[in-house]
Amino acid sequence: MSVPDTKKTPLHEVHDELGATVTEFAGYLMPLRYGSETAEHQAVRTSAGLFDLSHMGEIFLTGPQAGAALDHALIGHLSGLAVGRARYTMICNAAGGVLDDLIVYRLAAETYMVVANAANAATVRAQLIERASGFDNATVDDRSDSYALIAVQGPRAQGILEKLTDAPLADLKYYAILAAPVAGIDALVARTGYTGEDGFELFVSAGDAVRLWQAVTEAGGDDLRPAGLSARDTLRLEAGMPLYGNELTAETTPYDAGLGRTVKFDKAGDFVGRTALTALADTPPGRTLVGLVARGRRVPRHGYDIVTSDGTPCGIVTSGAPSPTLGKPIAMAYIDAGHADDTDLAVDIRGKHEPVDKVALPFYRRTP
Amino acid sequence: MSTVPETLSYTEEHEWITEPADGVVTIGITGYAADALGDIVYVSLPQEGAAVEAGEPCGEAESTKSVSDIYAPVTGEVVAVNGSVEEDPGIVNADPYGEGWLFKIRTNGDSGDLLDAPAYSKLIEEA
Repeated sequence: MSVPDTKKTPLHEVHDELGATVTEFAGYLMPLRYGSETAEHQAVRTSAGLFDLSHMGEIFLTGPQAGAALDHALIGHLSGLAVGRARYTMICNAAGGVLDDLIVYRLAAETYMVVANAANAATVRAQLIERASGFDNATVDDRSDSYALIAVQGPRAQGILEKLTDAPLADLKYYAILAAPVAGIDALVARTGYTGEDGFELFVSAGDAVRLWQAVTEAGGDDLRPAGLSARDTLRLEAGMPLYGNELTAETTPYDAGLGRTVKFDKAGDFVGRTALTALADTPPGRTLVGLVARGRRVPRHGYDIVTSDGTPCGIVTSGAPSPTLGKPIAMAYIDAGHADDTDLAVDIRGKHEPVDKVALPFYRRTP
Repeated sequence: MSTVPETLSYTEEHEWITEPADGVVTIGITGYAADALGDIVYVSLPQEGAAVEAGEPCGEAESTKSVSDIYAPVTGEVVAVNGSVEEDPGIVNADPYGEGWLFKIRTNGDSGDLLDAPAYSKLIEEA
């Protein structure tokens, strides 16, 4: 398949050799699955999986005012982040709508790396440039094309990577990052992920991606299998993690998504969205993000209506899939205020109302 | 690329159908379809005894990423359904042309447009 203007990651040929089924995602040709996506999902839950996430955006902010600029641009308090630590945060518009959800790593006192979703990287870059323009000593540099991102996720991830690096991985905390050679390749090693398992994300030069992938594959042996976007989606859904475009959009506020804790008002200066978010903080949201488990075997999917017992629409499914871990279909959905406590909800699955049970998120939590 | 058995007929909806034996045909989804869907987690099949019409949906297949209609390629009465694939839909991925058959129809002879193996091979090459 050749799609004009579709970007390829530095690992594209590796995926081809592995026989991956590829799909266009956010402008990139990405591996959807290599074999059975269910087996890939289970490998991450029980052993380890290897992901190419090189489509993600890496945007650097540097300079004495980099932290202050991020405090202004984002809803989090990034100047307060310790060096070597990471934080989940968002970039909002003036109305409080979410433009992207981000992980920001503080690599040094004056160096931050903002990791954006591929589909939003251009927006995030443009907004960061605009929002940082009032700060004399903060430079925005989009290095997305220079970086490859490889994730090793699962309970055996640490053991596999310890074969390739002397870095003190056992001491690396969740949401922390360090710079170290891995298989002799300069890497930023972060204990972050999007699977609900322990694991690591390795940022390396695009030119080193194939060598690192092969080294990790070799070190992992039978304990590791490559995993595609399909498994990544069911893994994050089980873990109750939002996906931009599904649970989060420019019409969604952090409060709608149950992520009000990411809004930090206690920081110096103004930030984009502050006025709107201040008002929203004290207003019950018009809808609530909930977890649903289907009683039957048909799968509630993105865009399907939620209905009350008398068939009145009262919400919409944002993500849904058969859950490999639960063995049942699961979904996240927005339920209109007033119906959040209803116990007899159903999903309109192609005209038929299929009963679902509301459950607390996440659907899956790893045992420590 | 999956092989396309020579002895079967096919539909544009990626189903296969056998030659009638005593008026009964067996129906399944093609290897190409099974690969494209990914892991099939649930199939809903018509009831035994149901009257079905060529070209009309009569069931569905759920995979991780999508749900697809299953169509009746011929008109007639459903005389058998494969309970094994209802229990374990993964059989369809593992053996789409064999153990993964879906249902059997006693046909009155009316069918939609069917493709022979070379025509179906061409269809999936162009897909």
